[in-house]
Amino acid sequence: MNMQTGRVIVPGKAAGLALVSDRPIGFLGGVDPDTGIITEPGHPLEGQCIAGRVLVFPTGKGSTVGSYTLYRLAMAGLAPAAIINARSEPIVAVGALLGNIPMLDRVDLTTLVSGARVSIDGECIRYE
Amino acid sequence: MRLTREEESMLSGDEGPAVRRAMQIVVTLGRVYEAERLLPVSSVQVAGVSYRNLGDAGLSFVRDWAAEGARVRVPTTLNPAGMDLQDWERMGISPAFAAKQHEVVQAYAAMGIETTCTCTPYYVGNVPTLGAHLAWSESSAVCYANAVLGARTNREGGPSALASAICGRTADYGLHRDDARRATHRVLVRCPVRAPHEFAALGYEIGRRVVDGVPWFSGIDLPPADGPSNEATSDRLKLLGAALASSGAVALYHVEGVTPEARQDTSLCPPDASVIIIDSLAPAIAALNGPDTEIDLVVLGCPHASLSELRAVADVLHGQRLRSALWVTTSRAVRDRALEHGDVQRIEAAGGQVVADGCVIVAPMRELGYHTLATNSAKMACYALPHAGLRVRFGSTEQCLTAALAGQWPDA
Repeated sequence: MNMQTGRVIVPGKAAGLALVSDRPIGFLGGVDPDTGIITEPGHPLEGQCIAGRVLVFPTGKGSTVGSYTLYRLAMAGLAPAAIINARSEPIVAVGALLGNIPMLDRVDLTTLVSGARVSIDGECIRYE
Repeated sequence: MRLTREEESMLSGDEGPAVRRAMQIVVTLGRVYEAERLLPVSSVQVAGVSYRNLGDAGLSFVRDWAAEGARVRVPTTLNPAGMDLQDWERMGISPAFAAKQHEVVQAYAAMGIETTCTCTPYYVGNVPTLGAHLAWSESSAVCYANAVLGARTNREGGPSALASAICGRTADYGLHRDDARRATHRVLVRCPVRAPHEFAALGYEIGRRVVDGVPWFSGIDLPPADGPSNEATSDRLKLLGAALASSGAVALYHVEGVTPEARQDTSLCPPDASVIIIDSLAPAIAALNGPDTEIDLVVLGCPHASLSELRAVADVLHGQRLRSALWVTTSRAVRDRALEHGDVQRIEAAGGQVVADGCVIVAPMRELGYHTLATNSAKMACYALPHAGLRVRFGSTEQCLTAALAGQWPDA
């Protein structure tokens, strides 16, 4: 079991299987708000569903109204269980806050792999 | 972060759930950027207005927040919508889109926001003073407020700007602080820059090079900028800033001897700023131009036209007949004033449309059947293809109007 600490952006506890991207994610136009599936053509996670996963990606990108996509996913029960970024920016930070999705940043993402079981408690991340 | 007693109380929900949510957003962003305190804002400009961008997710969020009791506590205006709110049918907008667009504007109106939909709020009475703290989101308006007016705002997102409007605060980081307002690059302009589209081309070139830096321009010959009342200077700087903010992510620039902070303090450009020399605008103009010669639609007024820009278009078109479609986009208030002067009538008699409230970049253009566009705005030229699927010719206002009259780009 590995352990890291990050910086808390939205506090909370969560657990789930990691879904890891080495590329930024844009939520407006990049994620279907009705299914939670990543739709951006050519994105490494294209076709994958983020619902219930611990979503790991470097940072957000794209339109700032992408925050509302995260809120809508949360209202529909399709939000990620938690979000881990290398560097937080306002789109994802505000979206995670509105959707009450636990979120950390300043994490070294290189040892996190898709499918690994991850749990988050405050600033602490434990993973396989 | 240190909060005042009043801010603590707002954050803990004493003023209701809507204010608590707004404070949570502002405080979370303060935490992300390690701000030490919040600042009161004197006005807010909210992006996320076109239904095409906001979508049902955004619409339902704005509605929910309004139902929770969200009301703005500082003067707040909206970004352009996806259509003219009154005359959308003439643009070719579908009734289904129009209905959704009206719902968005009504949801914002329920929060007490002025439903002026414009990227140039400074032409319609929202003119911040030197040093005022703001939360504006439209990137060209942010650049104008910081550079031309010497006010202070970061490039806010739609949600964070709305939160600031509801709690009256923003976090003290970035361009609110003196350090971030120092120039990173000194741009030595050694060729003439006079016509509006030349300012746009200069902004395009420099935005690409400095990305999110703060350029300091030397060698631009303009009368001092004292806000929107000096329209010849103001209109040019508006196009410069809009281009800087779209080819790059510039939120502040200085023009030696022209913009207010540069006039106050030349030490804002430190000796170690990187130097960029501009000898010619031809490469930038070429980079903004595609090969198309047939022009379906000419768009002027990006950012939204001032009264003098509308007047200049009317003067050229007076008594003539257009072959291409022409949209001159502007705010409702400026359109109303131009209507009193007869300028709207002269443009529309030639076959053009003075579109209020709306913007091509956020309109549902793919539904309207246009393929090629001509413009004098580098911002429009950058965004037309990725955002609206339109291929672009870029040139002077005169070239654009010649194209509108002939249906063809003039050098073809």
